[in-house]
Amino acid sequence: MTEIPLLDVRDLTVEFQTRRGIVKAVQHVDLTIAKGETVGIVGESGSGKSVTSYAVMRILDRAGRIADGSVMFTNLDLRNAAEDAMRDLRGREISMIFQNPRAALNPIRKVGRQIEDVLLQHVKAAPSEVTEKAVEILEQVRIARPRERYHAYPFELSGGMCQRVVIALALACQPQLLIADEPTTGLDVTTQKTVMELIVELTRARGMSTILITHDLGLAALYCDKIVVMEKGRVVEAAPSRAVFTAPEHPYTKKLMRATPRPGVSLRDLLPEGEAPTGATIAKLPTAEKAPLLVVEKLIKEYPRKGTQGLAGTLKKLTQQKPAPEPEVFRAVDGISFSVNRGESVGLVGESGCGKSTTSTMVMRLIDKTDGTILFDGEDIGAIPAKKFALLPLRRRIQMVFQDPTDSLNPRFTAARAIADPILRLGDLKGRDAIRARCEELARQVGLPVELLDRFPHQLSGGQKARVGIARAIALKPDLVILDEPTAALDVSVQAVVLNLLQELKDTLGMSYLFVSHDLNVVRLLCDRVIVMRAGKIVEEGATDRVLFSPEAAYTRDLLAAIPHPNFDKVPAAAARMATGS
Amino acid sequence: MLTTIAKRLVTVIPTLIGVVIVTFLLTRVLPGDPAAYFAGPAATADSIAEIRKTLGLDRPLPEQFVHYVSDLAHGNFGNSLSTGRPVSVEITSRLPASAELTLLGLILSLAIAVPLGILAAVKQGSWIDHTCRVVATAGVSLPVFFTGLLLVYAFYYLLGWAPAPVGRLDAFATAPPQITGFYLIDNLFAGDLETFRSALAQLILPAFTLAIFSLAPIARMTRASMLAVLASEFVRTARASGLNDRTVIITYAFRNAMLPVVTTLGMVFSFLLGANVLVEKVFAWPGIGSYAVEALLQSDFAPVQGFVLTMAVLYVALNFTIDILYSVIDPRVRLEG
Amino acid sequence: MTDTTATAPAPKPPSNSILSHARYVVSENLVTGFAFGLFALIALCALIGPYVVPYDPLASDTSASLQAPSLRHWFGTDQLGRDIFSRVVVATRLDFIIALSSVALVFVMGGFAGIAAGYFGGWTDRLVSRLADTIMAFPLFVLAMGIVAALGNTVTNIVIATAIINFPLYVRVARAEANVRRDSGFVMAARLSGNDDFRILLGHILPNIMPIMMVQISLTMGYAILNAAGLSFIGLGVKPPTPEWGIMVAEGATNIISGEWWIALFPGAALMLAVFCFNLLGDGLRDLVDPQRRT
Repeated sequence: MTEIPLLDVRDLTVEFQTRRGIVKAVQHVDLTIAKGETVGIVGESGSGKSVTSYAVMRILDRAGRIADGSVMFTNLDLRNAAEDAMRDLRGREISMIFQNPRAALNPIRKVGRQIEDVLLQHVKAAPSEVTEKAVEILEQVRIARPRERYHAYPFELSGGMCQRVVIALALACQPQLLIADEPTTGLDVTTQKTVMELIVELTRARGMSTILITHDLGLAALYCDKIVVMEKGRVVEAAPSRAVFTAPEHPYTKKLMRATPRPGVSLRDLLPEGEAPTGATIAKLPTAEKAPLLVVEKLIKEYPRKGTQGLAGTLKKLTQQKPAPEPEVFRAVDGISFSVNRGESVGLVGESGCGKSTTSTMVMRLIDKTDGTILFDGEDIGAIPAKKFALLPLRRRIQMVFQDPTDSLNPRFTAARAIADPILRLGDLKGRDAIRARCEELARQVGLPVELLDRFPHQLSGGQKARVGIARAIALKPDLVILDEPTAALDVSVQAVVLNLLQELKDTLGMSYLFVSHDLNVVRLLCDRVIVMRAGKIVEEGATDRVLFSPEAAYTRDLLAAIPHPNFDKVPAAAARMATGS
Repeated sequence: MLTTIAKRLVTVIPTLIGVVIVTFLLTRVLPGDPAAYFAGPAATADSIAEIRKTLGLDRPLPEQFVHYVSDLAHGNFGNSLSTGRPVSVEITSRLPASAELTLLGLILSLAIAVPLGILAAVKQGSWIDHTCRVVATAGVSLPVFFTGLLLVYAFYYLLGWAPAPVGRLDAFATAPPQITGFYLIDNLFAGDLETFRSALAQLILPAFTLAIFSLAPIARMTRASMLAVLASEFVRTARASGLNDRTVIITYAFRNAMLPVVTTLGMVFSFLLGANVLVEKVFAWPGIGSYAVEALLQSDFAPVQGFVLTMAVLYVALNFTIDILYSVIDPRVRLEG
Repeated sequence: MTDTTATAPAPKPPSNSILSHARYVVSENLVTGFAFGLFALIALCALIGPYVVPYDPLASDTSASLQAPSLRHWFGTDQLGRDIFSRVVVATRLDFIIALSSVALVFVMGGFAGIAAGYFGGWTDRLVSRLADTIMAFPLFVLAMGIVAALGNTVTNIVIATAIINFPLYVRVARAEANVRRDSGFVMAARLSGNDDFRILLGHILPNIMPIMMVQISLTMGYAILNAAGLSFIGLGVKPPTPEWGIMVAEGATNIISGEWWIALFPGAALMLAVFCFNLLGDGLRDLVDPQRRT
């Protein structure tokens, strides 16, 4: 190509001054972005993908600096530019949007004013017309009733709306390059789709270049022309999306591709070629045809609405003119019924706020229901108050693997002590040596090196912490294990290994799973049946294959459609764009 | 806005009730015979019995409490033994002296601590940052009465710059006609610059003593809060949008950082009102603090009770104001609460 | 905000034991080392002070009164001819005991009330918070004055008054920390493992809030000393001729205006040094107790 690229990064090396000496977060990275091109930077945690873009924008931490290489923006040397010049460029020529939109906005300033600040800073509007311009921009990002929403504070807006405001801020001055750092992580899958489409639409319309930083290969392949794969601070592969997605060359890219859950692959396929799942393998136990292990009937959980309780609530009711528009209680779970058979793995799927976590917490007997029945192996465990349940022998038969491995481990317990806790409280083993031996046995079962048992959680990696959590959950050989988004916080390659481990343990120990997740692809791999929830009710349920291939409910169809899935059988994206001439 | 104020007022009431109960109980748990305390050390058995009747100390406790509350409602805090005058009169006449001192101390403190904290955070690791931390730790470690004495020694005895610590005015000046009770303001109203200067000179050392004392927690909080806000994600967005330093630090960072500082002010006031008593003793300041201390030394109990009650009510009012101030700054509290 | 380190954790340290960690903490940070050293000195004075001072702290010798510091009397003498150095050193024990006992008392009362309130919520929370709020409604030093005035000038009452006025602070910190941890994953996991509430409070939550409480404890030691000294300064504390730093400053207050600075300065400096030491100690103690600081 004879044109000068918009952004030309050569041999970039970024160093950080840490307590342990100098750490090279990014090493010898080359990156070129042409005008109008969308490039995806893909990598797992620690890959340096975000640091690269912070270096381009020169907003690194105090401890970081560009040690080597060059960063050219058309003809401007960004590495050596003065801070004033950089400040001028930021927001006006190069913009950035981040993860976690609500935290990215000033919580005590109206969103409209925040947009005005950017416009005024870069002199894109006179003070007399800046308010109008801000409203116009809010309209462009598809915020309904923009004039009204101008006066809103971030806490009054939903996550999706906040992200739109952040996009508005970034595009207000019509920059040439937009850097989007994990813009959809943390958002619901349907919101993800709308936000990505908005970004693509706006950037295409203005002929902008975009860098999309993500850990999701599928997302990158769907929306980007070119993909750059990074591992541990280096670029391992850079090629057009189609090539990376359909025929990756570098072993790391291949590993990432394989590990990404997608339709048509099985659990085993997620692992790198030639790697068998870790842990002891015992022959699969047959699934007995007995009565269902767990039966939930018309389960309801109500919470009083905020502000209706206590003195303040009574005052509010007395001073209100009309009767209150909303009912006083909020139904998190609205009369659902389902069952789990022995040896079965049932997926409970839905977006945030649908009630799946509340349901699983009730089944766990950590909170009490408002109404309905929960039968476990024939016993009405719903009737036993949560406080009492902890002391019953039944407790050992239902256990849980938590979402956040860091949060679910006591920072003051070593791994061994954490795993031993249920054994000490509910188990039959006595004596230090016996318990230690059991801990080591469990560690082997979950593939945790025995030397790591005496480490504290902050001395372990994410995957290792996840294994400790799993070992703790299976310590007492429970019948039912509830898994609450157990791999959501893990890198995709680690996730592949953990999912395989979970499947194996289930087969070996004959457990049943209730797998709560928002990620349909993961559910597809691990579950026999799937239940889709929305707003406290069950929308659809059935065998996984049936529900995910031929869904009946419209909502399920929407959920499936929202999953980013590049389809390279059709005309390649870049070619399509060239054909439409944008 | 009015509903927020109303709601806050409602929560103040139980606090006031608690204060009244505690001050009531304090005088009823005196070891020995409360009547003897109120009668004074020079009392005879007869006068003690008389006092007991007058003050109703022979009645059952709940009845005493009712009397106590109704007395308070009428502004009757009892009489001082040593002067014979009603405590309420003496307290109201001496309140402005304490108020003027405390306010000036607070203003000085804020004027130094807040900019120091902000600069220390913005220029982390620089000499300003280190100064701030040293000042904060030292300020917290110094006993306030010791600071006062040191200042007197240095500026009065050694350098001769400050006047003798003899109270609000030196021996030759006379008080201005009373409008607010604040000598600085009243002197300006009366156009009396000579007395104004004298009053100011007398105020400087004690006000600085209080300021040094309250400097530390405010500077520390401002610095910590600014550091946290400067590292927050929305400041990162502001920087990434190219907003200049002034806008980022003042409009974005400072306003958010001030929220925890405003809450800290409540605690600072608590310390200040207590430190007031000590400073008044060092500088012979005729405020309510020294009034209470003098009364204590003479075992004169009614003034002490009046003093504790007044300080508590003042403090409740100050906290209430801080609450309202906070909800003015933070829309989340205003709109959600 | 940036993920700068690789995903693999550091290699295992030589030992996770307490002693090696203690050595690491003290040596890593000069300030911490200094604070611990100073604390050791103060503790030493408190323990053996009365036995090794050159003069009897109560012995008055009017012929030697108001002497400036010299080789005979390192800190000079006061109006009654008593040796100030001896008095300052002996006073260490009293102030130290007052600080230690009030902090121990308030830690037990306030700490437990706080974590119970934060963990159980409901009526426990309401009761404890109401109590703390009532105390907080008063300017704290003023309340201490009121309590000591009502109960009488004894060391016990000073300790009680100091504990009472620091109660809300401990409650607030303990309650906030317990509240945060109440809903955390590891507490839920502990419930799943069959721990009842009591065990969770003592075995899971309390050990985790100890680092923060350590900072509180050392700060309160400082406040307690300042509080006792302040009360003594206005005549509500220890009675003369007992040597106590606050009283000694009060005794020297009138003299400082006439230039005899040593009577008030040395006890005041001792006060400041002790409080300063406790403030610095806080961070070191926290590092000692927090396993996350073990690299």
